[in-house]
Amino acid sequence: MAAVEEAVQPAPGTGEDGGFDRRNTDWYIDKGVQGFVFLGGISAILFIIGIFVFIGKEGLGFVFETLDLTEFFTSEYWEPSDEDAPEYGILALIAGTASVTGLAMIVAIPFSLGAAVYIGEFATGKTREALKVLVELLAAIPSVVWGFIGLSIMNPLIIEIFDVPVGLTVLNAGIILGLMAAPIMTSIAEDALKAVPDRYREAAEAMGATRWQVIYKVVLPAAKNGLLGAVLLGVGRGFGETMAVLMATGHAVNIPTSVFDSVRALTATIAAELGETAVGSDHYGALFTIGIFLFIITFIINLLADLVVRGVRKG
Amino acid sequence: MFEVSALNQSNKRVEKLYRILFLTMVVLLVAPVLIILSTLIMKGGSVISFEFLFSNPTDGMTAGGILPALIGTIWLVSVALLVSVPLGVAAAIYLNEYAGDNWFTRIINLAIINLAGVPSIVHALFGVGAFVIFFGFGTSILAASLTLAIMTLPVVIVATRESLAAVPMAFREAMWNMGATRWQTIRRVVLPNAVSGILTGVILEVSRTTGETAPIMFTGAAFFLPFLPEGVFDQTMALSLHLFVVSTQVPGVPDALPYGVALVLVAMVLIMNSVSIAFRMYLRGKKKW
Repeated sequence: MAAVEEAVQPAPGTGEDGGFDRRNTDWYIDKGVQGFVFLGGISAILFIIGIFVFIGKEGLGFVFETLDLTEFFTSEYWEPSDEDAPEYGILALIAGTASVTGLAMIVAIPFSLGAAVYIGEFATGKTREALKVLVELLAAIPSVVWGFIGLSIMNPLIIEIFDVPVGLTVLNAGIILGLMAAPIMTSIAEDALKAVPDRYREAAEAMGATRWQVIYKVVLPAAKNGLLGAVLLGVGRGFGETMAVLMATGHAVNIPTSVFDSVRALTATIAAELGETAVGSDHYGALFTIGIFLFIITFIINLLADLVVRGVRKG
Repeated sequence: MFEVSALNQSNKRVEKLYRILFLTMVVLLVAPVLIILSTLIMKGGSVISFEFLFSNPTDGMTAGGILPALIGTIWLVSVALLVSVPLGVAAAIYLNEYAGDNWFTRIINLAIINLAGVPSIVHALFGVGAFVIFFGFGTSILAASLTLAIMTLPVVIVATRESLAAVPMAFREAMWNMGATRWQTIRRVVLPNAVSGILTGVILEVSRTTGETAPIMFTGAAFFLPFLPEGVFDQTMALSLHLFVVSTQVPGVPDALPYGVALVLVAMVLIMNSVSIAFRMYLRGKKKW
């Protein structure tokens, strides 16, 4: 018995002499690092909660004390600086954002999905790599530059082509936003096509299907959730876009009846007015309330996109 | 037996038609952007000079250069990087090296997706509510950079995570077999093998941060400041906001000036992105496993 006990050496770090013990130090460092990276990991959650808390802190007081929620969502009059009876209705702003995003999607969906099909299924080798790089570079152009393009290139172009008095309209912002969203949607859609296993394509080709038949009958149905996810993310992007929409819509509170009307977007309203409001005023609270509304809407869109895309992985 | 049938021929025609159709879509997607870029170069190119880049704006921003905006952007991006890179790399290490495949990890992933998806103006509101007012930083470089850092955190996390995931599991297992702790493994083997991939992500983030406008409008960037910032509690000009200001807020700006500012901004962003992409391709070619 005694011999066996002697053979079992006490593990380093449990020695009773209390001397410096290397493994112990490393063990503590290891745990320390684990704690630190865990903090990094949960930081994203903390920030999301933080965003909601701090926007809520500035906006919710106004929502509960002053704001008439029915008026907020159904009135088309956004007149926060009216001294006698300021009115906070965001219906026209929602209409502005929705019309611009809608037109942007009409522009972006066919082109981005079409481009994704070409890059993912038709193009090969160097062409494919080059196109992917090009799309990635397009996605990098900052939104303020797009806004400037809407303002100084598209604006005169629209006035000239359609013979209208104002070129800063739903049409202008819709096209700009479409061009902005398309590269991102193309990348995500192409990822979705890539996620379809090659054996699906090989099986169809072995049956004598042409390339297009393979795409139309096999690849697109298999990738449809991923493609829907791409579209949803495009919508989310359009909804949240600020600078381009601020500069290209004309910034007039208006429910549009045609694409040649100027509108104003939810995001642009915050960007244009936050600088001139007093902290804590009703107007200030109303802008933060729009922020809460935007946060909730984009949260839902992102959640939906995530669920839809995850649907593919499971299936 | 393998003669070309009528069906084959019609299939081939249809195939070609679709190929052309989709190629047209790619061209239509890319062409407007190329036209726009060349317009920027044609109209803005004449403004760009050494003096334009390295002198102060004069005459109520209708003349002169963009130096304070350039320097301001460098300040904002640098301070943002100091926060987002360590935090983002830590988050990626946690997600790739420690986290299991469970509901908690899914929530973190969802939070990252949302952080990237929240509108930039909402990040701006957060920056105002949290950093400017609550933490009392005022409108300063610090407040603006923190807002930018949180907004672009997902870029660092996603890029770092990808390059960590590309390090083969066998490398880690070999270390663990030698009795190394997790951290020793990460520090000695995983990070050295992933560091260049992380760097491409960082370059990408610099590019993203450079172009952002809305988040800095109310948190620390000023329309016009005739002097350079001296510390993180100063306000500063920024190139992206400067483009907005000279193209919408200032009367009497000569036509070419905003084109010049836009060109500098686009060139900075595209060059950084190209470097990041080239670097990534180089690494992919070099990979030995």
